[in-house]
Amino acid sequence: MPEFTTWDILYNLILAARWTVVLSILAFICGGIAGLLVLLGRVSPLPWLRRTMNLYIELFQGTPLLMQIFIVFFAFPLMGVETTAWTAAVVALTLFTSAYLAEIWRGCVESVPKGQWEASESLAMSFTEQMRYVILPQALRVAVPPTVGFSVQVIKGTAVTSIIGFVELTKAGTMITNATFQPFLVYGLVGLLYFALCYPLSVYAKRLERTLHVAR
Amino acid sequence: MSLVKLTGIHKSYGDNEVLKGIDLKVNEGQVVALIGRSGSGKSTLLRTINGLERINQGSIEVDGACVDPGQSDLRALRLKVGMVFQQFNLFPHLTAGQNVMLAPVVVKKQSKADVRTIAEEALAKVGLADKFDAYPDQLSGGQQQRVAIARSLAMKPRVMLCDEITSALDPELVNEVLAVVRKLAEEGMTLLLVTHEMRFAREVCDTLVFMHKGRIAEQGAPEEVFTKPATPELAQFIGMVTER
Amino acid sequence: MAYSFDFPAVFDYTPVLVDGVVLTAALTVVSTVAGVSIGIAGAAARTSGVKALDTAVGVYVEVIRNTPFLVQLFFIFFGLPTLGIRLPEWQAAVLAMVVNLGAYSTEIIRAGIQATPRGLIEAGESLAMTRAEIFRHIVIKPAMKKIWPALSSQIVIVMLGSSVCSQIAAEELTFAANFIQSRNFRPFEVYFVVTALYLGLAVLLRWLLARFGNLVFARRAARA
Ligand SMILES: Nc1ncnc2c1ncn2[C@@H]1O[C@H](COP(=O)(O)OP(=O)(O)OP(=O)(O)O)[C@@H](O)[C@H]1O
Ligand SMILES: [Mg+2]
Repeated sequence: MPEFTTWDILYNLILAARWTVVLSILAFICGGIAGLLVLLGRVSPLPWLRRTMNLYIELFQGTPLLMQIFIVFFAFPLMGVETTAWTAAVVALTLFTSAYLAEIWRGCVESVPKGQWEASESLAMSFTEQMRYVILPQALRVAVPPTVGFSVQVIKGTAVTSIIGFVELTKAGTMITNATFQPFLVYGLVGLLYFALCYPLSVYAKRLERTLHVAR
Repeated sequence: MSLVKLTGIHKSYGDNEVLKGIDLKVNEGQVVALIGRSGSGKSTLLRTINGLERINQGSIEVDGACVDPGQSDLRALRLKVGMVFQQFNLFPHLTAGQNVMLAPVVVKKQSKADVRTIAEEALAKVGLADKFDAYPDQLSGGQQQRVAIARSLAMKPRVMLCDEITSALDPELVNEVLAVVRKLAEEGMTLLLVTHEMRFAREVCDTLVFMHKGRIAEQGAPEEVFTKPATPELAQFIGMVTER
Repeated sequence: MAYSFDFPAVFDYTPVLVDGVVLTAALTVVSTVAGVSIGIAGAAARTSGVKALDTAVGVYVEVIRNTPFLVQLFFIFFGLPTLGIRLPEWQAAVLAMVVNLGAYSTEIIRAGIQATPRGLIEAGESLAMTRAEIFRHIVIKPAMKKIWPALSSQIVIVMLGSSVCSQIAAEELTFAANFIQSRNFRPFEVYFVVTALYLGLAVLLRWLLARFGNLVFARRAARA
């Protein structure tokens, strides 16, 4: 086995980090779309739909991401569908993201004053019209900072998919450690790469929040 | 035939019965003021008329559109009933013009070009033709309330409900809004107003409805009601408001 | 082919599950107490006005908040021995959880402290209290009360996150699940049951934290 230089290690980790990025983006986009649907159900005028979506959110916020990933991973074969670590990772992270984003956005929707609902209602708008033209445009403004902030949680969440064998940054770190016997260096670099991905987003989220507060 | 017909309206919040059987008829072009003490149920009554509050019993009929406790589709009713709120409730992310145009375009599916004309006319009517592109936070309270009136007018309602629409305004801005209401009344709009402006009610309305503890205690022409109150409650209420 | 579920195959291992639940609960209790203590100290440091302290704690908080817990755990368990610090599995798990919760609670508590009305602090100053006295007697209690819901959520998140400690063979609930499914080959049933157990733990933990908050903060409020 050839000697690994620090540079080799870093290079291989960066290659693997691409999958962390791809998985994060995919989960964030799919989770965002699903989250919007969950949100609409969660604030809809139908009590049974509200309760169902609330249950969905509670379920995902009350169980470990790792368990969600395992269940998705092992549920597919039961339904007779072949699955890969990649599919299971995308599906599980999408569900996870949708639940959290829906809950974050619900807070934003509820920050829109009641009078806005009443005014649009008295103009004969339907629920979807109210949401589309009156409520969501206003909720969106306050939703951006926490949404950007949550993207950090999604990136960190992808690390858990290494456990079902999806080769992203953390899994690559484990594999390289096993080859080099340099855990301190390798996991240090892994941490650094995650930091490089997450920290700018955290800073950006904080800055957005500050400008929002000033604008008020 | 009356334009608005309320029959036996009951409304409770939990154990608290707020409306205890309201019967009221309003004719086309009639201007009705609802007066009464705080908590007597004026706002609640107004809000039931365009379905913001569900009723427990009774029926509401506005120009053929009918609502009873079981009915959930309120669209037909709301198309005939406009509402102006104490807190204006303009959409802050839209300009004055867009506020006025939104519902006709989205709800009535009228063409943008037509609606633009309607909106310009409505804003002109409330004296804000030049504020089409202003955002609500660039307008004074009185101007915002007038935009809210224009927004309601653009839907061409058969009757307009106004709930203390000058109460959130600085005193010097009250008159510009009342002047608009007066103009609407003169043009024959059917109006149902909750107001504490007794002088205005006396001058502009042709009927005063005095509410007490969830019931209509008295109604009649303003002069009559003011000069010859039949119930001690009304006498006391008049004494209270004229003292101020 | 219809799959037929076999949940009894999971309950044959009930003692293993019970052990797992107990260890997860123990990990959570220990790391909550230690983590929140670090959070209070960290928040005090960040609002102390001592620049170096503020920066040092700030770096700690940001590093932890912007890296995955799993990587922190691996770094502690596999990486630290390089420096001669060798911890058994459960100690590594506790340390990782404490470090993690410490960072988050520092940030949460700091936000609570910074929301303290200026007038309260000035009142303390006018009573000739020192900075430390003001912090201890005036600032921290209302701040904790205000952020208690946010802190509670974070504690629940850390409890759920402890699930990955199975990866260093700390014998908590997920480890128990992995063990059972390697014996009975019923992974779906096992993880389903264990997920339900986590849900129960999360509900219980939320309830306990809410009770605790009511108890502690209500009494303080009544005395004030
Ligand atoms: N959403 C609600 N939930 C519970 N009770 C309510 C609600 N809205 C109003 N009430 C109660 O109904 C009663 C009548 O209220 P309403 O607002 O109709 O009175 P009002 O005559 O408009 O008074 P005001 O002059 O103060 O506006 C009050 O006792 C009030 O507390
Ligand atoms: Mg009222």
